[in-house]
Amino acid sequence: MLRQPLSKALALSPCARLAPVTGRRYAQVQAQPEKVEVFIDDKPVYVLPGTTVLQAAALVGVEIPRFCYHERLAVAGNCRMCLVEVEKSPKPVAACAMPVMKGMRVKTTSDLTRKAREGVMEFLLVNHPLDCPICDQGGECDLQDQSMAFGSDKSRFTDIHFSGKRAVEDKDVGPLIKTVMTRCIHCTRCIRFASEVAGIDDLGTTGRGTDMQVGTYVEKMFLSELSGNVIDLCPVGALTSKPYSFAARPWETRRIDSIDVLDPLGSNIVVATRTNEVLRILPRTNEEINEEWLADKSRFACDGLKRQRLVTPMVADSRGNLTPVEWEDAIVAAAQAIRDCPPEKLVAVAGEMADAEALVSLKDLVNRLGGEHVYTEQSFPLAGAGTDLRSSYLFNTKIANVEESDFVLLIGTNVRFEAPLLNARLRKAFIHKETDVALIGPNVDLTYEYMHVGDSASIVKELASGTSNHEVLKRLQSAKRPVLILGADQLKTPEGAALLAYTQELALKLQGKLEDKEWKVLNVLQRNASQVAALDMGYKPGVTADALKNAKVVYLLGADGGQVTRESLPKDCVVIYQGHHGDRGASIADVVFPGAAYTEKRATFVNAEGRPQQTLVAVTPPGKAREDWKIIRALSEVVGAGLPYDTMDEVRERLADVSPTLVCYGEVQDNNYFAQAQALTQALHCYFAIKRRLISPECIPLLYGALSDEGHPVVVLRAALSDPVSM
Amino acid sequence: MLSSLRSGVQSLWRSSSRALQTSSSLRHDSLFVHRDTPEDNSNTPFEFSPENKQRIDALLAIYPEGHKRGAMIPLLDLAQRQNGGWLPIAAMHKVAEILNLPRMRVYEVATFYTMFIRRPIGKYHVQICTTTPCWLQGSDAVLQAIKDTTGCEVGGNSPCGKFSLSEVECLGACVNAPMMQINDDYYEDLSVEDTKKIIEQLKRDEKPTPGPRSGRYASEPLGGLTSLTEEPKGPGFGLQDALKA
Repeated sequence: MLRQPLSKALALSPCARLAPVTGRRYAQVQAQPEKVEVFIDDKPVYVLPGTTVLQAAALVGVEIPRFCYHERLAVAGNCRMCLVEVEKSPKPVAACAMPVMKGMRVKTTSDLTRKAREGVMEFLLVNHPLDCPICDQGGECDLQDQSMAFGSDKSRFTDIHFSGKRAVEDKDVGPLIKTVMTRCIHCTRCIRFASEVAGIDDLGTTGRGTDMQVGTYVEKMFLSELSGNVIDLCPVGALTSKPYSFAARPWETRRIDSIDVLDPLGSNIVVATRTNEVLRILPRTNEEINEEWLADKSRFACDGLKRQRLVTPMVADSRGNLTPVEWEDAIVAAAQAIRDCPPEKLVAVAGEMADAEALVSLKDLVNRLGGEHVYTEQSFPLAGAGTDLRSSYLFNTKIANVEESDFVLLIGTNVRFEAPLLNARLRKAFIHKETDVALIGPNVDLTYEYMHVGDSASIVKELASGTSNHEVLKRLQSAKRPVLILGADQLKTPEGAALLAYTQELALKLQGKLEDKEWKVLNVLQRNASQVAALDMGYKPGVTADALKNAKVVYLLGADGGQVTRESLPKDCVVIYQGHHGDRGASIADVVFPGAAYTEKRATFVNAEGRPQQTLVAVTPPGKAREDWKIIRALSEVVGAGLPYDTMDEVRERLADVSPTLVCYGEVQDNNYFAQAQALTQALHCYFAIKRRLISPECIPLLYGALSDEGHPVVVLRAALSDPVSM
Repeated sequence: MLSSLRSGVQSLWRSSSRALQTSSSLRHDSLFVHRDTPEDNSNTPFEFSPENKQRIDALLAIYPEGHKRGAMIPLLDLAQRQNGGWLPIAAMHKVAEILNLPRMRVYEVATFYTMFIRRPIGKYHVQICTTTPCWLQGSDAVLQAIKDTTGCEVGGNSPCGKFSLSEVECLGACVNAPMMQINDDYYEDLSVEDTKKIIEQLKRDEKPTPGPRSGRYASEPLGGLTSLTEEPKGPGFGLQDALKA
């Protein structure tokens, strides 16, 4: 329903014409309409016809006050705060909705404009409670700021002294968003966000006139994985963060730019801290990754940084209980175990939030001792090209380019919960750019319509071989910029290698026919923030039972995924755990090193696209916890295999030696080994031609992250067909 | 009308005394949020009758593909009529399902229009106009008469459950003031006795004759016609001789 009118409107609106040139390289070249000259406060500016007055003013640096207008949402034009005087117009016009006309002269500082703004502000304040001292928005409130800048110092609406202000019942929309609906000024930004970006049409206006209220009508939770963004969007204190309520004022907090590590996208964030405590996390604009949104998990997970932390080194005593000790004792205990261990029995496992500096230090340490067993928790098939070519495990298309695609095929991934902001991009492309989406995998709700192809992996094989008669094959072949997104969780199964090979084959076939030689088709969507950096460095994906069976010392670098358990290890195996939370890993450990969480260290993380970004120190690690690479550096000295770097700069030089891509902060290096990948895949194909007789890919069920009602991805293995002969 | 006067007087009194915290006045007689009740919750079954399903098909056919949501108001009205004059939330859900729309979009429409009634009401919904012309012609007395005979309060149902009473703004029959609307019929030129008679008839489930009670036809002048009283002239009247055939 939303799709058709909006896309039609957009086709007429300036946005479509202003779309990035890259997206229309092969679109028919349309004659660019001639720019028109308009004057904003007598400053001339040339803009395309269809631009609004507000956008034109922004081009010359004139900011027009607004409440309801938001760049990423549809224009509503209902707050009237952006009224400006236009010469020869009898009335002030709403700048956010008024397209420019040739020779238009806009006066944003005239008496009429000032009076109009003052009038609007007066009306808004008739019913707005004067509870700024107890309002969480205080200090970052648009209404507060704009009433100071553009409002009047008094109101003529004295009748409210007798009749009282309008009062609206608060809504209960869940544990994340606190509502004080009396403060609402009906800008409808939250409603538009819910309907356009989040795709959850639960918010709306009920009633009419002075009784109109924003809400859900029935009592229900706002069940969206992007719900926290309405808190940022709300220009007043009607929607505020429940966990952050009454915690701090914005001017008291220090804001540190950082990177989120809770999903594979590496969203840019701002960490707000006070007195060495992370108070809240807000999104930071990065058009390439998260635009200006943030997933709820990333936004609200920061309370976990204060709970269940490892604050002191610990060593298991004679009865096996972990006892707090000094750093020295812990390091000596660990070093002794490592020294006594033959290198081939030393196994290092990196978890899902390990940073690149710690990863390289750990790998260097193990290698210096003569060991080779460095693993990540998340597995990836090693047959064929394996992880030798970066393009096989990266999100090659890049997140922002997904919008330019005309057909997206999702294979065994529930993007909505694996990478909510990527799903928001897909939804944006679906709504605004006529991108169509198809899904192989369980039929889940992605908030937009998609073509459900089936849930068997054999479909991928049929597509790759061209024998499928499903419509999706025709769509893929006719697509100008197709995209395949393969969920990394699918590759855990024994058939993962086959699935990856067929996906690669399909991608290469599609890519070969494209006019756009730069367009990348194949994407693997990783599940965590550390995997790409680890694979770049040469970590082996997925710790195997064989490696663990013979281990004498296991070094867990934040590995809490449950791959390593006491049952999988020999009885006398020493487990060293380094990490920031006391979870599964620490509970089986003999020696515990308290590390720093992502808000507490300057560290490099590489996102699913292969884009390295760095976090900054927002707070110091709690207790005796230290930055991770330093712990490993100190340990290496005692072990007797001292690592040749002592400062962060030196570690990064080492990172650059391992792979220069790891230190090109903020940039994605294009991967151009597609010819080699094709050759390896063909070699791989013979391999599977033999194998295929043993395993029958026709009935491979997909392992998938199914969506439970609570919104947690639950990994379900559906009737894994395990043929002992095949692997 | 008088109630607002009363609150004005109260406000004057209040301003001269100490300021007290008061809850703000409700400006509408219905709530704009849903409250689950035994009669009205999302589990109450609602299904359109077979005749109404045919009507729905006919209604949907009016609207072009992609704009079927235009049929929302007719569909809600159909649901309200089928359900005895009020619109349960289950019916809104049904309409959302038929139109393939998020439920919220239907709630928005159903709460916007005052003619959609979202609480159980009686078989006869009495809407008495108290806007100025009717008020000048004695609508207060008529309203009192309705209250006395039915036992309703404004915005409520009668104890017997048969009647509901609403005070409404102008219904566009000022010439025949005072007037009231009962379900789909207008009863005009009311006196207190007329009103009582109408209510009594309804209590016996008889159908009173709608229209003016004063005996005049529609909105003709009360004292009989003052112009256009003679027989209408035939064709060719007043035509100059030269043009006559």
